[in-house]
Amino acid sequence: MNYETLIENLIEKDDRYIIMTAENRATIRNLPEKIGNRFIDTGITEMTMIGMSAGLALQGRIPIAHALATFLTMRAFEFIRTDIGIGNLPVKLVGGVPGLLSEANGPTHQALEDISLMRGIPNIRIFCPADEDDMMICMEKILNSPSPYYIRYNNRKPFYSHSSHFEEGKAEIVSKGKDINILTYGILFSEALETTKLLERKGFDTGLINMRTLKPIDEDLIIKTLKKSKLTVILEDHFLVGGLFSIVAEIAIKHNIGSNVYPIAFEEKWFKPAMYKDILIYEKLTPLFLTNRILKEIEKYNGKQSNI
Amino acid sequence: MTTEKLTDLKNTSLKVREHIIKMATDGGCFIGASLSCTDILVYLYKCFLNIDKYNLNDPQRDFFFLSKGHDVPALYGTFVELGFIDESRLQNHLKTNDFIYWHPNTNIPGVEFHSGSLGHLLSVAMGTAYDCKLRLQNNLVIVLLGDGELNEGSIWESALVAASLKLDNLIAVIDRNKFQANLETEKLNKLEPLAGKFELFGWNTEKTDGHSFLDMEKVFSKLNQNSGKPTVIIADTIRGKGLPSIESRADRWFSNFTKEEIECLLDELKTKEITILKSETLMVR
Repeated sequence: MNYETLIENLIEKDDRYIIMTAENRATIRNLPEKIGNRFIDTGITEMTMIGMSAGLALQGRIPIAHALATFLTMRAFEFIRTDIGIGNLPVKLVGGVPGLLSEANGPTHQALEDISLMRGIPNIRIFCPADEDDMMICMEKILNSPSPYYIRYNNRKPFYSHSSHFEEGKAEIVSKGKDINILTYGILFSEALETTKLLERKGFDTGLINMRTLKPIDEDLIIKTLKKSKLTVILEDHFLVGGLFSIVAEIAIKHNIGSNVYPIAFEEKWFKPAMYKDILIYEKLTPLFLTNRILKEIEKYNGKQSNI
Repeated sequence: MTTEKLTDLKNTSLKVREHIIKMATDGGCFIGASLSCTDILVYLYKCFLNIDKYNLNDPQRDFFFLSKGHDVPALYGTFVELGFIDESRLQNHLKTNDFIYWHPNTNIPGVEFHSGSLGHLLSVAMGTAYDCKLRLQNNLVIVLLGDGELNEGSIWESALVAASLKLDNLIAVIDRNKFQANLETEKLNKLEPLAGKFELFGWNTEKTDGHSFLDMEKVFSKLNQNSGKPTVIIADTIRGKGLPSIESRADRWFSNFTKEEIECLLDELKTKEITILKSETLMVR
């Protein structure tokens, strides 16, 4: 099942759902003819779409609002914060081509601060699926949640068979490592998975965690991971500021945990616009590059005990 | 409109204005904007809208969104007169034991949605209007906009969309008091010809005297609910209406009067004798 079919089924069985878009139809192209007036295209008007979604939610609807992640979370930021956040309305915000998925569009389209922005708003939750299967496994619960949600849309074809068990605030533990553990979410999950295999071959017991929801966050799992790993790698297609690295840092300080952490994110820069595979090479994010970067990092701690 | 009805409306407006003036001390309030929309609110709630204290939970009633949220003293004053809230609650203005602060919020019965950030509630009202249409209901959704608020780009974005969605159950009323925070609207970003702008955006346009119940009755009673277009009603008003000492003054948008000034202003409301105001002006936040 793909996203569009899931939405179509949902619309049929539950009349609370309304599909909205600020003229971003790529993932919902066939819905207008199928769902009639429960599909609202407001045109290229992110603010109006969000305001309208609030007015619909006030009357008991659950609007699912689509736009490109940058324009949704940034052009309409204050509408999301003021109408959806303060109102705590169950609107679902679906951000298209987030992070690296904007590929060759350039920095105007690179949502690398979307998580930072959305998580700063009280009441709003965040879901970042690793691929299409992961998205499909979790999506119905997310769309059913009484909370507002920001969804980092990701329909990348899966290379991994995900756990079909999902709870908000619970990460998917792909594997546990005694030496290295990689925390990641979204599109880079597949690269992280390959990287764990390469690190295993180099003799490091390596684990991988797919965070799924960044808010609520699986705090217990992060605490355990920080305490037990010789090195925790945080891999994300987001700015270094405000994303998973920041979330983990906040948890570490809150619980007084000193630990070796290696963040891989974009520090004060946008990425080179290109097709996905070429970005990975240019930005040193292929499994081979990632493995070498992590090996270099862990050399610093060789022979030293993991500190708690 | 009967003479009795007209007298009742005038008396209600007078009471609402008294409530507003009493809130303009101990921290103050946006008195100028509140007095300009008082008669509009009294007319809408007492003559036009199908909203009363018994049907607030009925999805088929009408809906009223206050987009220019800073004039909330006028709304709360009206709510007291409608029996939505007890008059004693107005004494909690700006106190932490209640929710009566400078902008509206849904803790107060009758408030449809919070506002304060300008340019939001036209689109929120559109969402509710769309929902009413989906349910094939005949109720109306009214949103009160400030003229200064029309500077916001989101208003014009929404105006474009509302016409395209053919939301003929949506009425935007503009409190055209010709001032925004610090300046006259036409001295900053020219709005005129205002009706023409909305007309070109595909709206029905009407004008009314926002202080004349008879004129408002004439305009509101002839509205066509099945025109296929949203409607804008430009209500000409006077900022600070009712208090000649602050009428149409840019520096009396927000005021925090002394207790003595409040007493004099309450008299001025009836006698029209100018109060000598000594408290600080231009208290714009």
